[in-house]
Amino acid sequence: MSEPSSSFPQQTVSDKTLRRKTLFAFVFFIVFLAGAWATFKWVNRQPKEGGALKPLRKTLNANERLFSAMFDANKLVKEYPVSAAAKRVRVNGMDGLRDSVNEETWRLHVVRSSGDTLHLTINDIKKLPKKDLVFDFKCIEGWDQVTHWAGVPLKTFMQYYHLNGQSKMKYVGLQTPDKKYYVGIDMPSALHAQTLLCYEMNGKPLPANQGFPLRLIIPVKYGIKHLKRIGTMFFSNDKPADFWAERGYDYYAGH
Amino acid sequence: MKTIVHKHPLAVRWFHWINFPVLALMIWSGILIYWANSVYMIGPAHKPLFKFFPQGFYKHFHINHRLAEGMNWHFALMWLFAINGFLYILFTIFSGQWRYLLPNKKSFKEAWLVLLHDLHIRKYAPPQIKYNAAQRIAYTAIIVMGLGSLLTGLAIYKPVQFSTITALCGGYAAARAEHFILTIGYVLFFFIHIVQVIKTGWNNFQAMVTGFQVIKPSAKKTSQ
Repeated sequence: MSEPSSSFPQQTVSDKTLRRKTLFAFVFFIVFLAGAWATFKWVNRQPKEGGALKPLRKTLNANERLFSAMFDANKLVKEYPVSAAAKRVRVNGMDGLRDSVNEETWRLHVVRSSGDTLHLTINDIKKLPKKDLVFDFKCIEGWDQVTHWAGVPLKTFMQYYHLNGQSKMKYVGLQTPDKKYYVGIDMPSALHAQTLLCYEMNGKPLPANQGFPLRLIIPVKYGIKHLKRIGTMFFSNDKPADFWAERGYDYYAGH
Repeated sequence: MKTIVHKHPLAVRWFHWINFPVLALMIWSGILIYWANSVYMIGPAHKPLFKFFPQGFYKHFHINHRLAEGMNWHFALMWLFAINGFLYILFTIFSGQWRYLLPNKKSFKEAWLVLLHDLHIRKYAPPQIKYNAAQRIAYTAIIVMGLGSLLTGLAIYKPVQFSTITALCGGYAAARAEHFILTIGYVLFFFIHIVQVIKTGWNNFQAMVTGFQVIKPSAKKTSQ
């Protein structure tokens, strides 16, 4: 079967040449494998930047630049019928939610610029056009769940409050009222048509463990960016602090 | 004086030995990621025969709570894995090496004879010089699996942007399961590969490093 050996180049060599060729190849081979191992060890010895080894953080940031340049930031996420939505919605993490919250005293603080802050009640936000969204929520841990949310698109909100100059900045920063959970969102993702300031889940006000009274729903990002219980919103050209990016995770976390 | 036959081109040896540590680290970082949602099992959910993976496994190898580290390595090494794989495929096409690699009409019948021989049921294996029929099928399958890992990986890495790929995989959860199954496939391939390489002997193994194999006078006859 197959090819006879004559189809491969043959050569007659002295025993000495054979030994030399073999030795050379193996020395090179062992140096190569040792080099690969040493490179791995070297990366692991590098200082950390935001909880991630520096060379890996740089790669994550390069991936982000490449993918943001390649991808269409406005591409819509698939929407499902309301009947497909889970009745029991998974809860993952209570960071920033450990204090109690009162709807009467809660305010959304929108920092338009330093010393110029809007203080909005939940009713101010509910007055704006409402959008329902049923989509496949994805967690960075690897699970997903089709869930039903409603609120005002962040883009509509920003237009209504004339945050035009702010929308030209690079990032939106969000913080919980206790400032213990915080995220940074790149502006193209923040202005995506399906990004919501969300106050309803399954047709009812958000439960406390889902960020009552107002949370972010941003379907183009993993769950770590969907901050629950927004206290403060601000705008910046520098990357705002991000809870999980400080703990070694990708800042972009978009998909 | 010895007669040597040049069996593996330098490029193929490079691709093979680059892929070895890269794939090993991809599997390792993949397990660090998988731990965070460690849900797969064999058998019924209430009484599984085997869980991927038992807690003792995670503890023993210090795999727990390393999701970020796993992702960071995975999304860096994915480039090496993909680029090395693409270059290998291009080389195989343009060098004509595909002739030794792709299974042909006889391969599926002959692979059976190779298997019987390997299991010591049949005394003689079909003659070969580079890859026998079983190897052709296995080495082609592993390339297809590599492509499968890349596609299912993209489906779970960027499910919004690559929504078409995710849909073709049967959705996000299905794509993740397929990505995992392919990885288990690599591990099985690796063990069989190692056993076969050890059984075939030094002359065959060293050819993957040196590129050439020494032809013994008797071996020359059977290979014709």
